[in-house]
Amino acid sequence: MPDRPIAVAMSGGVDSSTVAALLVRGGQRVVGLTMQLWNQRRLPQLQTGESSGRCCSLDDVYDARWVAGQLGIPYYVVNFEADFEEQVVRPFVSEYLAGRTPIPCTLCNNFIKFDRFLEMADSVGAEKVATGHYARIRFDQVSGRYQLLRGVDTAKDQTYFLWGLTQPQLARTLFPLGELKKAEVRRLAAELGIPIADKPDSQEICFVPNGDYAAFLDAYLAEQGETRGAATGEIVDRAGAVLGTHQGVHNFTVGQRRGLGIARGEPLYVIATEPARQRVVVGRGEELLRPGLVAGQVNWVSWPPLTRPARAQVQIRNKHVAAWATLHPTEDPTRVQVAFDEPQRAVTPGQAAVFYVGDLVAGGGWIEA
Amino acid sequence: MRHCYFDHNATTPLSPEALETLSECLAEVYGNASSIHHFGQAAKQRLEQARRQVAALLHARPPEIVFVSGGTEADNLALLGVTRPCAGKHVITTTIEHPAVLQACAQIEQEGGRVTYVPVGASGVVDPAAVADALRPDTVLISVMHVNNELGTVQPIEQIGRLARQAGVLLHSDGVQAAGKLETDMERLGIDLYSLSAHKLNGPKGVGALYVRKGTPLRRQMHGGRHERERRAGTENVPGAAALGRVCEWFQKHRTEEAARVAALRDRLEQGILRRVPAVTVNGDPARRAPHTTNLCFAGIEGEAMVIALDLRGFAVSSGAACSSGSVEPSHVLTAIGLRREQARSSLRFSLGRGNTVEQVDALIEAVADAAAHLRRISVEAPSHA
Repeated sequence: MPDRPIAVAMSGGVDSSTVAALLVRGGQRVVGLTMQLWNQRRLPQLQTGESSGRCCSLDDVYDARWVAGQLGIPYYVVNFEADFEEQVVRPFVSEYLAGRTPIPCTLCNNFIKFDRFLEMADSVGAEKVATGHYARIRFDQVSGRYQLLRGVDTAKDQTYFLWGLTQPQLARTLFPLGELKKAEVRRLAAELGIPIADKPDSQEICFVPNGDYAAFLDAYLAEQGETRGAATGEIVDRAGAVLGTHQGVHNFTVGQRRGLGIARGEPLYVIATEPARQRVVVGRGEELLRPGLVAGQVNWVSWPPLTRPARAQVQIRNKHVAAWATLHPTEDPTRVQVAFDEPQRAVTPGQAAVFYVGDLVAGGGWIEA
Repeated sequence: MRHCYFDHNATTPLSPEALETLSECLAEVYGNASSIHHFGQAAKQRLEQARRQVAALLHARPPEIVFVSGGTEADNLALLGVTRPCAGKHVITTTIEHPAVLQACAQIEQEGGRVTYVPVGASGVVDPAAVADALRPDTVLISVMHVNNELGTVQPIEQIGRLARQAGVLLHSDGVQAAGKLETDMERLGIDLYSLSAHKLNGPKGVGALYVRKGTPLRRQMHGGRHERERRAGTENVPGAAALGRVCEWFQKHRTEEAARVAALRDRLEQGILRRVPAVTVNGDPARRAPHTTNLCFAGIEGEAMVIALDLRGFAVSSGAACSSGSVEPSHVLTAIGLRREQARSSLRFSLGRGNTVEQVDALIEAVADAAAHLRRISVEAPSHA
């Protein structure tokens, strides 16, 4: 095909709809694709009645189809449910059961929103794909690498979830909203006549209603005919003194303060979970502080693989302010030792550590310990 | 871009005759067929003419035809109308039926009835002996489709009709994909209830018919007025029924030559694809198929991607069953006949009809070969990621 179309991942939200509209206005041939990832009717006990803003609701597909119709572009819903379950939901569940606090969005970005989506783009003859992520990509002549940068709208920046992107993926991806602020996107959406310009933003973890991981886990395991085994256990302090009991370690996340059910003079926080022993370890706020961490399965994005110590700002949660640290290579090239300049609160295994220099995403990895 | 339609099992384009009848009735025949005045009588005349036309296609008598809203309603009326109240009653069906039958059966089970789902092997054709084996003293109904919508395979209705008759059990058959393509003689086939849909016969959506053999006990499922001999309440859709009658008449006249023409096109398409594209297999027994359908498995290619790739090249085909969002789920029929999940996901259905031509078929063969080569190439080239 001489004039190859761009495949736009359309979620039915304002951002991706605006991306499609911008490309069409720029004279591009565009094919709109919505990824059907999860069947919301599958776990009926989780039904909230609130369907929009959650993963793959029929309302979102309706909106995406409407926008595609307004733009006059071919539009398809593609079914990635099986891949999503295998590569996102199951790892999410097993990570949780192993006492870590996983980020399914990163897995989804790596394996579904880019890998599978690029395959589908190939099928429709598209070279490039475009999404509504708030992030920027540029090609660096000197290093010969595609670089990933934070979106101009730092409040909406999504690079914390995009550190797993590979060079071949970045080479084919467009993030047209990376240079824009959300308010500008909404204004643009209204200007382009996108009928959903006022639609609220979607939730963070799309397939978990109301962010209630524990309820999702219970419902999913019940559906699969699996059990979690004995869930109750002890809440202890660092010295091992028993302070109370709990209904399952998966209900607790490092840094969590509420819901411990223990009355103490000073506030207590979860400082670790030990799923093997069904124990939740609690302590005072300062006991959450950690001088460093080990990041595994590291992916180098804008930087080539580390060969000697380097300085970077390391972000350990979506809302965390990246803190200066020194990155030390280890004997295992996929592992990096991070030594913070100042100890950081709530270093949580299963979350990502993303290495930045200013806006530039050097790389990232999963927090192991 | 020119778009060619090869998805006639999903629905068919409206024929000129149907359009003519519809617009004429919509414009002029607005009376209520139950009214006694001039306007009502005109509507009643059209309705009864349509009933005669439908009956003729089925070799049935006009009073045995009940107009309904389509194939799904016909199936529901047949199954629930015979079985309710369901407690203590047993129904036999197959694993390859349309959801309208399978879901009606699920409802029968909900209401205390029992249902046996006879499995179907790789041929896509149910074994009458397996149906006979499923008979029990409390069996009241057998429901087996005449032609399978995914595979096009023809079910041995005549033999099942004989064994139903011997056992004193009613036989329903979903004839939505068979009418107009095969001979549909209710007497010879031994059928008591038969479902029809207008929009699979180049008629409009929203109208269908259920054949109900005289003397068959049937409880109505729609409550209201005394329409359709108290078998289906609701003011009759006269324009829809008239159009259904008109297309039934067309197929009664032209069925033999049209079926031969379509079968030749289908065979040309199938042979062309098998010759041009490596690693393609035919799903279901090719020797026992209705003339208009071929279902092909393209090893290593995702059906959904193929449907989209062909659509972007101007050809409409289908893969699996559309779910509510419009994406595709693997067809229950293909997994029921023993295909592995990935084989089911790699299968495409091509279904032909009145508008198709040799030129279209040849262009489709080219497009399939091109798309298959492209999709296979990229699946080899696709970079692997950690």
